[in-house]
Amino acid sequence: MGAGHGAGATSPRILVFSTANISDPGIDLAGSQHRHYASSVSTIAVPCSSGVQPRWIVYALEHGFDGVFLAIDGDECAFLSDCNARSSRIASQAQDRLRAIGIAPERVRMAALCSVCSEAFVKHMDEFAATLAALPSEEAA
Amino acid sequence: MDTEERVTPEEPTDARRRIGVYICHCGGNISDFVDVAAVRDAVAGDPGVVHVETTLFACSDATQHDMIEQIHQDGLDGLVVASCSPKLHVPTFRAVARRAGLNQFQYTQVNIREQCSWVHSDDRAGATDKATGLVRAGIGHASLSVPLDPVTVATVPAALVVGGGVAGLRAAVGLAELGLGVTLVERADHLGGAVGELGTMFPSGLAGRDLVAQLVDEVAARPAITVLLETELVAKSGTFGNYEVTLRGPAGSEPVTQTVGVLVIATGFDSYEPALGEFGYGIDGVLTLPEFTHLVDSSSGPLTHAGRPVRSIAYVYCVGSRQPGGNEYCSKYCCTATAHVAVEVAKRDDRVAQYHLYRDVRTYGVYELLYEEARKRGSVYLKFADDEPPAVTREGDQLVVTTRDTLTADATLQIPVDLVVLVTGMVPTANHDLTSLLKLPLGSDGFYNEIHPKLRPVETVVDGVLIAGASQGPKTVSESVASALAAVAQSGAMLLKGQAELNPLVAVVDDACAWCGACASVCPYDAIEQVEIDGRAVARISPTACKGCGGCAPYCPNEAINLLGVTTDQVQHMIAGMAGDVHEEVLVS
Repeated sequence: MGAGHGAGATSPRILVFSTANISDPGIDLAGSQHRHYASSVSTIAVPCSSGVQPRWIVYALEHGFDGVFLAIDGDECAFLSDCNARSSRIASQAQDRLRAIGIAPERVRMAALCSVCSEAFVKHMDEFAATLAALPSEEAA
Repeated sequence: MDTEERVTPEEPTDARRRIGVYICHCGGNISDFVDVAAVRDAVAGDPGVVHVETTLFACSDATQHDMIEQIHQDGLDGLVVASCSPKLHVPTFRAVARRAGLNQFQYTQVNIREQCSWVHSDDRAGATDKATGLVRAGIGHASLSVPLDPVTVATVPAALVVGGGVAGLRAAVGLAELGLGVTLVERADHLGGAVGELGTMFPSGLAGRDLVAQLVDEVAARPAITVLLETELVAKSGTFGNYEVTLRGPAGSEPVTQTVGVLVIATGFDSYEPALGEFGYGIDGVLTLPEFTHLVDSSSGPLTHAGRPVRSIAYVYCVGSRQPGGNEYCSKYCCTATAHVAVEVAKRDDRVAQYHLYRDVRTYGVYELLYEEARKRGSVYLKFADDEPPAVTREGDQLVVTTRDTLTADATLQIPVDLVVLVTGMVPTANHDLTSLLKLPLGSDGFYNEIHPKLRPVETVVDGVLIAGASQGPKTVSESVASALAAVAQSGAMLLKGQAELNPLVAVVDDACAWCGACASVCPYDAIEQVEIDGRAVARISPTACKGCGGCAPYCPNEAINLLGVTTDQVQHMIAGMAGDVHEEVLVS
């Protein structure tokens, strides 16, 4: 169970792009196991993280989210054997765009999550929230 | 249904969309932690929403019936169901949409159970706010949904099985039993694969070669199966359900072309071949596990090697497996195979000293019995540290294995032995041409990758191309056969209806395209080609070849590619919904 959540807790708003076949089931598993994370975390599932567009990430940070997390398939992607490299490229391009408009690139994070990575997901969310909370407020999106 | 649970918002006068929203209690699984009535009231006035209600169980027959009536009554052109994970009930509600005459792709599922109520049970206000945002995101998604029709293709009741090992043979028999025509191709000049060379196996005691002989007899007894030896798949065209495959036989023979509905790839594995000098490999008396197993299986009586009796053996585990920078995966069958061969050796002569130098013993499940029997029959297990593997040397005429036993006195031991067996695992078969031809994704271990290891364990992203046996990773014989039968069942599900539907959620190109070729260069499925429209060169994406990953879209400099179901507009509306904004432009877009 993630620490520091519950009624009254305030946490940075995090948008997670998950993958329908692999990482989203892992996030579902966190729910099935009743592992808690902040209610300020929301998820959009896509078929493959290689299809996430940098402009979506920028849009999310310009429209109320404090951070965007790419929950990629890692080596398990069924579509693309170079999915890791493609997803890294997308995150890097989004970070470049963010720098150009004065938003901290640390607001984008990426990690591989498998379909049983429920505990890892909660840990990622807790750690990412802590990172986002520590960012200077003037850089808030 | 309590009428108070329903809200019919004031009719938006300029709305083009008419969306119905159902918010599920899931008994109390959702409503115990989320104020579903508050969610209903919050979204009731959102653009396009003409009906919203809470329901005790959205998936119940009664609610499904209500949904269909409501779709008819209100002329809904969009349906949002906020309940459990999409993994559970998307087929249920797509069927509801179809029965109501609503296009199934204008229904959107919102997960407010696994990703909301169950993870925020200590934060009712937060969970309710989040659920409201998620439902708004679903409404935003549905408001931009378009009717789509799956591409329906006629299927040919025939299958091509590539690989004549135990998995391929069993798949061929199973497919024929379903009434499908089967062509089984094997590039060697005989059937049986690796199992066909094995002696007795655990737990049946049946020899691998006898098991294969049984299967070969079963294949021969079925006229629906055609076996082509020394034959390889060299070309494939067409689409799922109707693939045209070209098979090239022995030198001098004419290639054969056939039409099949599915392909089952069961190309097996290769055994890891140590480099010369790796754990003493190359020294006389140092064998790999397959070489030693063959020595045992092909002889009887007391064991001899090079004409000399074998009185002591050291097994060095994990050679070529679990190596950082090499094969990092566990081959998982080798601990069991080694325990088995050690038992066979002990049965012949219980005076043979057998030392097992291991990192971890992974004789899972029933194979634990084999590990126990090996120990009872005198095998000694010595654990070495991951970063301190044993050394194999020859001193004069004597092989010596040096290891530090971490579990007892932590002493460094020098063990003189007659044979050293390097316990090698499975590696992917060298199949570059086939892999490239079929465009099958490989995992980091080099084996073929299924869509999902648990939920879709034999399907690949290439429609109608299934994988079985050790082609998808190290497996025991029983696991290989189980996956082969899974591929049989899946083939039947695909072909026996006579037609199949392809996912219509594929990438599409809009007018902003000014053909640069970037998208085509990154599509491993050759789904994108250059065409000319009104004198302009643009990209065209084949809806049957596209796998719907969207991987091409981020490469388009003009942002002209969208993936249906997750278009940029839809994603932005979802983000806005989650953030608490409502896109009014949906009304007039």
